[in-house]
Amino acid sequence: MEKKQKRLYTRIIILAVLVAAIAYTVYNTAHKDDIQLLKVGDDAPNFSLVDLNGKTHKLSDYKGQGVLLNFWGTWCKPCKREMPAINNQYKQFKGQGVQILGINIAQSNLEVSSYADKLGVEFPIAIDKTKSVMRAYNVDPLPTTVLIDKNGKIVKFITGEMTETDIQKYLTSIKP
Amino acid sequence: MNKITCECGHVNPEGTHLCEKCGRPLTEEDKKQKIVDMKYEGSAIRSKTYNKTIIDKIWNFFSSVKVGVTIIIVTLIVAAVGTFLPQVVYVNVADGEDVKQAYVDSYGTFGKIYYNLGLTDIYSSWWFQTLIGMLAISIIVASLDRGIPLYKSLKNQRVKRHESFMKRQRIFGQKEMPSAEADESLDLADKKMKELKYNVRREENALLAEKGRFARLGPYVNHLGLIIFLFGVMLRLMPGFYIDEDLWIREGETESIPGMEGYYLHSNKFTFQTYEKGEQTKEFNQSKAAVNSVAKNYQTDVVLYKAKDSAIAGDTENLKKIKKSAIKVNEPLKYNGYGLYQMDFRLNELKAMHFDLVNKKTGKSLGEVTIDLADPKKVYKIDDQTKVELKGYYPTFSGFDNGEPQSESPIPNNPAFIFKMYTPETPKGETSFVAIKQTLEPLGTTKYKMKFASIDTRNVSGLTVRKDKTLPILALGGIIFMIGVVMGSYWSHRRLWLQKTADGRLIMAAHTNKNWFSLKKDLNAVTDFAHLPAWIDQQDEDDLKKKQENEKEGDHNL
Repeated sequence: MEKKQKRLYTRIIILAVLVAAIAYTVYNTAHKDDIQLLKVGDDAPNFSLVDLNGKTHKLSDYKGQGVLLNFWGTWCKPCKREMPAINNQYKQFKGQGVQILGINIAQSNLEVSSYADKLGVEFPIAIDKTKSVMRAYNVDPLPTTVLIDKNGKIVKFITGEMTETDIQKYLTSIKP
Repeated sequence: MNKITCECGHVNPEGTHLCEKCGRPLTEEDKKQKIVDMKYEGSAIRSKTYNKTIIDKIWNFFSSVKVGVTIIIVTLIVAAVGTFLPQVVYVNVADGEDVKQAYVDSYGTFGKIYYNLGLTDIYSSWWFQTLIGMLAISIIVASLDRGIPLYKSLKNQRVKRHESFMKRQRIFGQKEMPSAEADESLDLADKKMKELKYNVRREENALLAEKGRFARLGPYVNHLGLIIFLFGVMLRLMPGFYIDEDLWIREGETESIPGMEGYYLHSNKFTFQTYEKGEQTKEFNQSKAAVNSVAKNYQTDVVLYKAKDSAIAGDTENLKKIKKSAIKVNEPLKYNGYGLYQMDFRLNELKAMHFDLVNKKTGKSLGEVTIDLADPKKVYKIDDQTKVELKGYYPTFSGFDNGEPQSESPIPNNPAFIFKMYTPETPKGETSFVAIKQTLEPLGTTKYKMKFASIDTRNVSGLTVRKDKTLPILALGGIIFMIGVVMGSYWSHRRLWLQKTADGRLIMAAHTNKNWFSLKKDLNAVTDFAHLPAWIDQQDEDDLKKKQENEKEGDHNL
């Protein structure tokens, strides 16, 4: 019976659309606090920041290289714990097509530079004075680390402290 | 599927109560009834037609009015329970503090149970949203199942109905009448009903006058509005449709605006004013007696900037000034679909600290040093031989860890400094750790000290950035909903059937979905004018009979 078939398909389509809408709503609500606008696989938002030595770092200039962005603050304890590990790995990976940039959230030059001096940080550190890079990457808890591959795509968001082994693994994964 | 073939020859789908063509009652049950049920015009509710596959079973479940009402009641109860305690978004939880603990502290065991049951974030829970989704499915399925057959049968209705259909209408009348006279009556009725703004159709010896048919579709229009509304709410979760972000901004600062890419906000000043004595009306002053001060104004003076179009994040050169504005409560800064609202504030955050470099013995000051806490300098020079080096700055000093001062936040709530003071007398420098009400000299007693002089403060504004593209959809849903309500409530669907029978009678029947009083008024007018048979309201008759029977029974009891 053709009419009956048609009706069955209509019903299946209507129910499927409605169930999909509900699933979408539930899924999005559950993840609304996560990175909402930016997802793994998206193009990493371009930015330009000046580091403590006055050098401008523009993300698009690093096309063809892997980039690790580490968002941090001087008051954040896990940031402080992982910083030396990042620095060690920076030295290991130097010259292998991987860039590391530390992005401080809107603190004063004095605080940031004395902190970097004290920890002996060698990789470039820039201060996001207006929090615009932080907002472009939807960074909320500190530390947050973003991995970007050689094509400028986001590979991973890491919130929270990383071990040196983690960092080594991550840097290897974005090495061109 | 069993089709039902009516005596008139029309084939009706299973579940039909009244023949789609002539109106004859089809089931034994309907035949026994004195007045037929005119709900959905006696057409088959679709869900009752098929019940074989699993899809049909799911469909039928949602089509049921009983299920729909149950879902509504459950939703209402759950939503009500969610108001017993404040939802988690309205609870202030300090950083690092456990949310559950906050509920236990405020509400004890009940708070603990409430939290454990997941009731503290009820409206975002998957099961509450599933419930709302099921409600939406129920509305859509039930409306399709009933609305479409109803619409079709109203659209295809015949003028000539079988006598058994007419007899079973609530209003029915008949009388013997010669053919010519009956024809004249039909003509007169035609004229009068048109005068009464009815649509009149005639077919052979029958007449149908109809008015306000669209009122029957009110509930379905209403449901459509509801679905559009729910769709709008769902759209809020799509990126770009709905933004609701907080922005804390200090006087003198420029910050990027969250959710508003490429825009920056500069705060010039935050003002908090209270009413002066005698500034208010007499009534207000009386009620105010118990209160210290009453807020008059919360205001942030801001400048909105836009980076040039090609600019990327972090690039704040060449910001273009867009507008200057004073954001007050209920007077947001509106731009390009965005609104910036005054929501909160913090007064008197430390901005700068003034110190005097003082000789401890003589008390003589060598000069003043002002430290901008937002941008402290490395060296503060007083003259060629006198300077103060800032070796360390800790905005919220929280104690020492391994002899090293710690700061637990970037905000200057409890600033501490390590100074190295150079004077002509002490050219090698003396080190001193200075915090509020605390001075340490870790490298030996010093001859000089940094004597605290005064502070500068600034205010912080709490703004909310909002954009809601779903508002037009919500408004549309609301308007359609109201149109449906009005259609269904203020209009009624009235019909009058007249028929000249072969055996020389004129029969009449009438129906309305509501407001029988008005229908009867129309009927009285046309009956007199067109010499129609006297009609009776069969339901009134029934009611009267029942009443009399009840009274009789009552008599027996006496």
